[in-house]
Amino acid sequence: MSINIHIQNEDFEVADEIEALTGDGTGAVATFTGIVRGDGGLTALILEHYPGMTEREIGRIAEEAQKRWPVNGLTVIHRVGRLAAGERIVLVAVAAAHRGAAFEACEFLMDYLKTRAPFWKQEERGGETSWVEARASDDDAAERWRRT
Amino acid sequence: MNVLYFAWVRQKVGRSDEIIEHSPNLRTVGDLAAYLKAKGGGYAEAFADMGRLRAAVNQVHVGLEATLSAGDEVAFFPPVTGG
Repeated sequence: MSINIHIQNEDFEVADEIEALTGDGTGAVATFTGIVRGDGGLTALILEHYPGMTEREIGRIAEEAQKRWPVNGLTVIHRVGRLAAGERIVLVAVAAAHRGAAFEACEFLMDYLKTRAPFWKQEERGGETSWVEARASDDDAAERWRRT
Repeated sequence: MNVLYFAWVRQKVGRSDEIIEHSPNLRTVGDLAAYLKAKGGGYAEAFADMGRLRAAVNQVHVGLEATLSAGDEVAFFPPVTGG
């Protein structure tokens, strides 16, 4: 079981990350890639995090996913700094024997990442920046895992 | 205690971190938030509405009732918006 957590400014290659998780006993790798959405005149997102806590919190979420599903390995890469519209921002990849566990654990990790991991976004439109407000729909998405 | 601020909390306070001595008056995270708010200026703005803030002690999410000890790392920040 390998848990890989990276907070970085650099981009990542999804194919390389899938390859790294592929091994004996793995029959499925589910991935989620988040991309900076350039709508409403958005030119970039500027992300900051809490060095130390962010890695630890994602680690705690990963451990929880491991307890719930038979996961063979997982990778979370979250970029920080200034990311232009169209750039990749986050990757969650989960390897398991079968697709059910891989899909569910991937979604669980993403829902908890959005509501628990200490990252903050500013939106850049032209020369103006503004802080992104947390969304109740994200809390609801994470909350549903408590009931299952 | 090492007190850290992130995102707009840092911008309003005007600094990213500071050392604040632990004292019997600062028993909980809520006590510390009230103490900081009372400093006025940017602090008063940042801590005006605790419902808009979240906190962590020693890099674990906590509520305002969490107790503090000398040497703790305490952080104040807005609800997170990653992903």
